[in-house]
Amino acid sequence: MDKVNGNHDVRIGFYVCQCGHNIAAMVDCAELAKYVGQLPNVVLSRDYKYMCSDPGQELIQKDIKEFGLNRIVVASCSPLLHEHTFRSAVEAGGLNPFFFHMVNIREHVSWVHTDRAEATAKARALARAAIRRVAHHRALEVKKVPVHPDVLVVGGGIAGIHAALTLAKAGKKVYLVEREPSIGGHMAKFDKTFPTLDCAACILTPKMSEVGSHPNITLWSHSEVVKMDGYVGNYTVKIKRKPRYINEDLCTGCQECISHCVYKEPKFHDDFNEGLGKRKPVYIPFPQATPQVVLIDPEVCLNFKRGVLTDKCKKPCVEACGDRKAIDFKQKEELKEIKVGTIIVATGFQTFDVGRMPQYGYGRYPNVYTALEVERLVNASGPTAGDVILRDGCHPKSIGIIHCVGSRDKNTNRWCSRVCCMYSMKLAHLLKEHTEAEIYNFYIDIRAPGKGYEEFYDKLLEEGVHFIRGRVGEVTDWAFIPEEEGKLVIRVEDTLAGVVRRIPVDMVVLATGLEPQADAQDVRRLFNMSCGSEGFFLERHPKLAPVNTFTDGVYLAGCCQSPKDIPDSVAQAGAAAAEAMVLIDKGHIEQEPNTAFVVEAECSGCKSCIPLCPYTAITLNEGSKKAVINEALCKGCGTCVAACPSGSIVQNLFDDEEVFSEIQGVLAYD
Amino acid sequence: MKYSYFPGCSLKGTGRAYEESLLPVLKVLGVELEELDDWNCCGATAYMAVDEVKACVMASRNLAIAEKAGHKELLAPCSACYLVLNKTKHYLHESPVVEAVVQKALRQANLSYSGNTPVRHPLDVLVNNVGIEEIKKHVKHPLKGLKVAPYYGCQIVRPYATFDDQYNPTTMDRLLEAIGCTMVTYPLKTRCCGGSLTGTLPEPGLLCSYILLKEAITRGADLIATVCPLCQFNLDCYRDKMVGRWGNETIPDPRNKDARVPVGPYLDIPVVFFTQLIGLAFGLSEKELGLQRGFAPMRKPACAQPQPAAA
Amino acid sequence: MTKEWTPRIVAFFCNWCTYTAADLAGVSRMKYAANTRTIRLMCSGRVDPQFILEAFARGADGVLIGGCHPNDCHYGEGNYKMLRRFALLQRMLKDLGIGEERLRLEWISAAEGEKVKSVINDMVKKITALGPLDLPGKFADWDRELTELAPAVEPAPVESAVTHA
Repeated sequence: MDKVNGNHDVRIGFYVCQCGHNIAAMVDCAELAKYVGQLPNVVLSRDYKYMCSDPGQELIQKDIKEFGLNRIVVASCSPLLHEHTFRSAVEAGGLNPFFFHMVNIREHVSWVHTDRAEATAKARALARAAIRRVAHHRALEVKKVPVHPDVLVVGGGIAGIHAALTLAKAGKKVYLVEREPSIGGHMAKFDKTFPTLDCAACILTPKMSEVGSHPNITLWSHSEVVKMDGYVGNYTVKIKRKPRYINEDLCTGCQECISHCVYKEPKFHDDFNEGLGKRKPVYIPFPQATPQVVLIDPEVCLNFKRGVLTDKCKKPCVEACGDRKAIDFKQKEELKEIKVGTIIVATGFQTFDVGRMPQYGYGRYPNVYTALEVERLVNASGPTAGDVILRDGCHPKSIGIIHCVGSRDKNTNRWCSRVCCMYSMKLAHLLKEHTEAEIYNFYIDIRAPGKGYEEFYDKLLEEGVHFIRGRVGEVTDWAFIPEEEGKLVIRVEDTLAGVVRRIPVDMVVLATGLEPQADAQDVRRLFNMSCGSEGFFLERHPKLAPVNTFTDGVYLAGCCQSPKDIPDSVAQAGAAAAEAMVLIDKGHIEQEPNTAFVVEAECSGCKSCIPLCPYTAITLNEGSKKAVINEALCKGCGTCVAACPSGSIVQNLFDDEEVFSEIQGVLAYD
Repeated sequence: MKYSYFPGCSLKGTGRAYEESLLPVLKVLGVELEELDDWNCCGATAYMAVDEVKACVMASRNLAIAEKAGHKELLAPCSACYLVLNKTKHYLHESPVVEAVVQKALRQANLSYSGNTPVRHPLDVLVNNVGIEEIKKHVKHPLKGLKVAPYYGCQIVRPYATFDDQYNPTTMDRLLEAIGCTMVTYPLKTRCCGGSLTGTLPEPGLLCSYILLKEAITRGADLIATVCPLCQFNLDCYRDKMVGRWGNETIPDPRNKDARVPVGPYLDIPVVFFTQLIGLAFGLSEKELGLQRGFAPMRKPACAQPQPAAA
Repeated sequence: MTKEWTPRIVAFFCNWCTYTAADLAGVSRMKYAANTRTIRLMCSGRVDPQFILEAFARGADGVLIGGCHPNDCHYGEGNYKMLRRFALLQRMLKDLGIGEERLRLEWISAAEGEKVKSVINDMVKKITALGPLDLPGKFADWDRELTELAPAVEPAPVESAVTHA
């Protein structure tokens, strides 16, 4: 007799899934079913090939009706994968879905052990535990939590832009927060995009200006998220708006202030042009910036000293601005607070720091460039108006492009950055177009998996670009023969020809890989996400849930999740927007009813639990002097349950009886 | 500071100038050395190439003796000795098989090695233990205007780069700058000199050494500073063969980049041990430092001679 | 028992990090010792010291608790609460004569499938070296001892019915 459930007698149906060979190869399913069949309270015990399939689920539903089952246990894969599937099946069979329990004998048994007898023994123990536990399960209702309809998109690169537009067009209100003064991300720096050689700015700027003008999008550039509180469907986010010293609403983007600045010539490091060009203290990041608003750099503007206003400058910029009065040196940082239901993180990547590979000579030899620098060099709106002129003033007649810099490398980053082969070939084509130089690409493998990519590679071969298979050992300036003097020599083993080559070139381009942003660890803590071992944000499932995270309501899009090209970033952004819309349109989220509640009669009013709750869900009822838990705030962590000295807090789905019976079950010998 | 000292065969033989200059320099700096009692050849690259386990046994005997001597660390100036001793330590740590064989062999000689004695290189000790500031205090004659090509060789950076960067080491650069020298940009700091090839496969071995000399000359160096007795030997002792083989190759005239000159006459660029330079700066005599043992006289080489007056 | 003894370890894994990491180890087909029995909880903060004691009392030779790295708990600070309890429990176990090495707390993040494997293998190795704890066996022995002693003890005088004023 099961006293928790009163006079119900417990009738358990047990199912072992063979999962094809996945489980059956290492666990004796028939024996397991037979063993469980003779445990107390088990009415029937079956083994079946694929429990999660339709017939498998129907089998459960049929058995519930036919045998009057009131508990179901399935031993198969991880509950993180199919607990929901089976709970729905059980519900469809007319039984409360929380009378179901799942045993993991695949990820935790058949896939990780090598001895069949040991694996089956472990499966027996786990199954026995589940049988004892499920007897204590109670009927529960899912918690429905309303979802706020607004969305926060963090990051204004192509992924963030596309996600924001998709949601805005669907009628949702979107906040797009971008750290840089303009949206556009890395794509705004590119010249052309592979394989079509579309001009990057031409395809990006219409989307950027759509974002800037869409009534449903609130664009906050030059801003950062500083805190996220709350829970799925109800996030409260604090955003810091950094001062531009320009009133965004009043600036028309005429840029008169820039031409009137006391600095007649631009003098300062221009980040957008990768340091190849210069800008003034008042500047616009690039001509098509969105918002089309200038900003002032307090580190170099004469009016500031070390960021503090000094009022030293004559301020011809203010005069030039005239009636618009858009310049405001007194502007301060602003903290905004918003409420959203879902968040899409699209914070992008950073390029590999080539200083970590000194053998390629970046910084030591002026004519060694990174790929992004070359993008600006060949760009008609770049610092040299598209003229490929080197730092020493020459035009290159020979160029070496080195693939896999900071990728596929045990010493730096192990992964393949996925886009470098394609952009290296694109740069080879563009450089050939601009300079007629001899171009050599040094590769390990040519990775051209996308649509039109292999064909692009063929075209390049026809154009006469030389491809040498070998990882470059060194870029050096010591000459072995007179013809090499004054040039950069690339030393590489040509692994197809079987010789070590020395190739003298005028210019070296390093195809730098993609890595997570420098502050990825801080950002992921902000949003309660995990990172994978390489540092990219972790998706819920690499195959089936690439845009979801383990935190409900927070989604990923673009290169912050893993290196990818533009079409894949856009696709992921659309997917993330769709996932967000699932929540918003449904209007509510169904949460696991694993909340805790206080059994008032047993509570002693000691107040030990109250400070423990991270969600401040526990309060002391002044009248009864007993603790009370707010179900809406409780997230089901169970900390208070474990801490309560009188054992008067009970957690649904994880109460003491259930866990104790599991412990006893795994250890009982029979 | 006191260290156990493992000179190795070279420092008592063809490389004796290294020991002759190292000991007085360390004495000035107050570093005491105690030579290992009854040390044996480390096996260098030769034995490692034939039988790694036995080579480890040979090398471990020295480590065991050092441990018995009681000083905390062992100084091994020769690059090959330095590498072999460190490699042996690594193998003892990583391979239980090697450790078993070695400990068994050592027991036969009533020795044992716990694996804890660090093996240090003089560059490391001078810069990281004694310190640049301390060395500067003892400089009597800063070698101002002396342009030096710093040549580290390969064995102190490959495969283990413990005290300096593997690709672009700077310990010797900083050390020699502290005594007043000017370093020339030398991209071949760690390129192999040919090692034992000069004895086994002379053609490629000679070429390796020649490349190093030629680049130093092209960069305008007055001399090359080395850390390894075999590097010094290879660069110093085959000049005649190099002149015979490549003397007519032309290089940009170091004094006038637009002209080209044959490299032959310039191959008299001196090759010294870095300790000899430090000794000179400390005011020690040339004889004391073994400078007379070099094949090229220590005067300004041809590439640094003033240009002859126009005829 | 004819079979050679091998440790039984009860593992309490938190859902968000360690359980997921164990799934990852499975998906990656990593192989490790089959001695653990995992019990899934939402947070390592749910682990009641009584669970641990119950596990030992029922025959576990070791108990492993897996939670998120400090600062990464899905619920904010549950893992810190676990850490506090763990520190006290370790001392208590020592006093009870249960070796501290039998209770182990590991922070394993969702990406660290490899760590699940190495921790379990390492723990199995260590507990095998320690030998079985077998508390149920000891309880049975003590019970038997007491039963055997009972006849030797003089029965206490029976108290007459207690009267209350």
